[in-house]
Amino acid sequence: MKMPAPDPSILARRGEVLARLREAVPDGVIEDEASRRAYEQDALTAYRQMPMLVVLPSSTREVAAVLRICSALGVKVVPRGAGTSLSGGALPLADGVVVGLARLSKILDVDYDNRTVTCQPGVTNLSISKAVDARGFYYAPDPSSQIACTIGGNIAENSGGVHCLKYGLTTNNVLGVEIVTIEGEIVRIGGKHLDAEGYDLLGILTGSEGLLGIVTEVTVRILPKAETARALLIGFASNETAGATVAAIIGAGIIPAGMEMMDKPAIHAAEAFVNVGYPLDVEALLIVELDGPAAEVDHLCAQVTALAREQGAVSSRMSSSEPERLAFWAGRKAAFPAVGRLSPDYFCMDGTIPRKALPAVLARLKDFESEFGLRVANVFHAGDGNLHPLILFDSNQPGELERAEAFGAAILRLCVQVGGVLTGEHGVGVEKRDLMSEQFTEGDLAHQERLKCAFDPAGLLNPGKVFPILHRCAELGRLHVHQGKLAFPDIPRF
Amino acid sequence: MNAGEALDVVGAGTRRGVGRPVDAPHVLDVSALRGVVDYEPEELILTALPGTSLAEIESLLDARKQCLAFEPPHLTGSGTLGGAVSTGLSGPRRLKAGAVRDHVLGFSAASGRGELFKAGGKVVKNVTGYDLPKLITGSYGTLAVLTELTIKVLPAQEDTRTLIVGGQTAGDAVRTMANVLQSTADVSAACYLPRDISVPGTATHGAATAFRFEGVTPSVEFRLSRLRHQLASAGSIAILDLEGSLHFWRAIRDVVPFAEDSARCLWRISVPPARGAEVLAKIQTSLPGSRAFLDWGGGLIWLQSPGEADVAGTLACEQKIRSAVAQSGGHATLVRAPADVRRNVSVFQPQATALAALSKRVKLQFDPKRVLNPGRMYADV
Repeated sequence: MKMPAPDPSILARRGEVLARLREAVPDGVIEDEASRRAYEQDALTAYRQMPMLVVLPSSTREVAAVLRICSALGVKVVPRGAGTSLSGGALPLADGVVVGLARLSKILDVDYDNRTVTCQPGVTNLSISKAVDARGFYYAPDPSSQIACTIGGNIAENSGGVHCLKYGLTTNNVLGVEIVTIEGEIVRIGGKHLDAEGYDLLGILTGSEGLLGIVTEVTVRILPKAETARALLIGFASNETAGATVAAIIGAGIIPAGMEMMDKPAIHAAEAFVNVGYPLDVEALLIVELDGPAAEVDHLCAQVTALAREQGAVSSRMSSSEPERLAFWAGRKAAFPAVGRLSPDYFCMDGTIPRKALPAVLARLKDFESEFGLRVANVFHAGDGNLHPLILFDSNQPGELERAEAFGAAILRLCVQVGGVLTGEHGVGVEKRDLMSEQFTEGDLAHQERLKCAFDPAGLLNPGKVFPILHRCAELGRLHVHQGKLAFPDIPRF
Repeated sequence: MNAGEALDVVGAGTRRGVGRPVDAPHVLDVSALRGVVDYEPEELILTALPGTSLAEIESLLDARKQCLAFEPPHLTGSGTLGGAVSTGLSGPRRLKAGAVRDHVLGFSAASGRGELFKAGGKVVKNVTGYDLPKLITGSYGTLAVLTELTIKVLPAQEDTRTLIVGGQTAGDAVRTMANVLQSTADVSAACYLPRDISVPGTATHGAATAFRFEGVTPSVEFRLSRLRHQLASAGSIAILDLEGSLHFWRAIRDVVPFAEDSARCLWRISVPPARGAEVLAKIQTSLPGSRAFLDWGGGLIWLQSPGEADVAGTLACEQKIRSAVAQSGGHATLVRAPADVRRNVSVFQPQATALAALSKRVKLQFDPKRVLNPGRMYADV
């Protein structure tokens, strides 16, 4: 994984950068090597890089001051929330400053009449739900890292979760933000009203992976908790029948609160880990959650059970209590650590496919297993086609990391080939950066990069992420794209 | 035409009166870009050319018991999918199902540079690259000319019923709506019509605070009867059946109460829902004779200005509306007025300096010579 080459002239000016940052944030600059080490990687642990400096501002004003300094000195900036990115979105740069937002951790306003919470970016996802729990509310997007990940990071990555089929991703649940641009300007977009005016800059900031600005305040929508939730645990003799059941449920007009699928290796790993009674004699397992008033949930559970039986389900259980519902989920939620026990290392992939392609994609994955000599376990947000193959490998075995990377790339290429996309919820980051041209032409990418130029003309915010080629904005402005191809296809990739 | 000359981009033209008039020597008529390319009900996606009529798409979806959950208004006729996306106007279900922008998954287009590009994807969940489908939604054709759109479609509702509380003041109605929206009644729309406004064909006696229930019948019945009990002391209660509900909410979606009187200006004002009544009271105190109703639980005010729609009168009106909105947060858009008025009054909410500069830079990256709908949103964009 190549990152932009460090600029020796910036490294030479490290002392000056340090002094200026200390003026702006007197108690929040981390210089010594041991303390900086805590920031050298995020949750994509295969890659690490020691940052030049780390700064922890504690107000919007301090963020603006830091960015003005970096902008004036031409120093690259890597924003960071809790560092739980699975795509390397917070991977530092050797000549860059990590701007950590952890100190901006206050909830500023809870407004039940407008059903909003306004908070700082370092507030964790789960603590928003906790703050409104007593009044029967919650914040819907629930990425599996929700105990640790921050709302600022959720906005950067447009995080999802197991309930986003019905309740949406981050982008569908954010009403307003305050951002600081790389030039240190403070811009407010949206608020507590339901549609921001003008161009939908809120829409492009969400999921922009820290390349457009640093979020310093967020207003999210909160929802009343459903009165009842029940989960169904349905076993199938094949992936095909499980997939057909998912299609039948959607086809019948039912959008469950969650609809997850696990294949046999994932079922066995999860059951061995948490012992919740998953059937071990099935090839595929569906967890379908229905929520709402009891009258609705009972009606829909009966319908889903009947549809599954028609498609040939071999087992079916409905949760009869809240502890049992949570037990059904416990296995799915523990799937990653459970698989982690089977293998020293694993990569979690994140492509989305049209659901109808599922049987064909799973069959291809079997071929890939023998081709690359590595095993894979699959968990799958079945309702929206978001696939999470977990590739098991041992980085201490020579060549396995490289084979696992190649396996992962082959899976994502396959996702694009069947009409899907590279990433459903984890982001491009550095992990899928060099695969972007599988999904987009040079012309498509040029239009995205030009959008970055509107926010960050010098390319100082999180460079080396998302885009496979670093173009200068002036160069992009002149580039003529003919039939989707740039005029200079030989520009070196990094 | 010569290089650098501007284009007025037009589909069916039903939303042409929204926004500032475009001063362009040429019209680019995209209405021939018509037809559904792909519709896969079980994948919840539909791909169509932008000139495809909404009516055609809606009838296709209807046959498979699906719908456009964002309920695009049919303003002066049904219009096209491209028009619905480009103007980004969402219907009453915004409260529960999201806005137009939440349902646009991908597109192809030609930017102002004359280059074809695509963004987003053809699956319902995707975070690959910037979310340009959101940027293109509501950009009034000022960034790119759409050539194909992929949207998320959703199951249609099995049953619909409406509960109407009669006789409330706007202030009481907004409080009631806020309480209902905080409960598990799970309504898919909440609006308030004052005494002097009604929907033709729906019998309401006096002011009406209306709540829409959608879903499977057992759920609709349960939630409706529970709310009926809870609101028994709030005012007289009436219930609309399925047919009555569909009629009533179509009228709210299409702003039917103000459709006839096209000589008067129509404003669309978006505010924090709980402040709807307070903002409206401020505006109506300074603009006696204006008429208005509330949608989105109070968060959307449709306001018809008093008197003739001339430039001087509308400028005065604008100043009063903007000053009321400035106190609550939100924005106001002049969605219907004669061309000379729209040329001289800020149609869209003027933006703060830093945001306006950012918007302009975005425009110039996609359309550096300002050839696409110049001035449609802001005079210099």
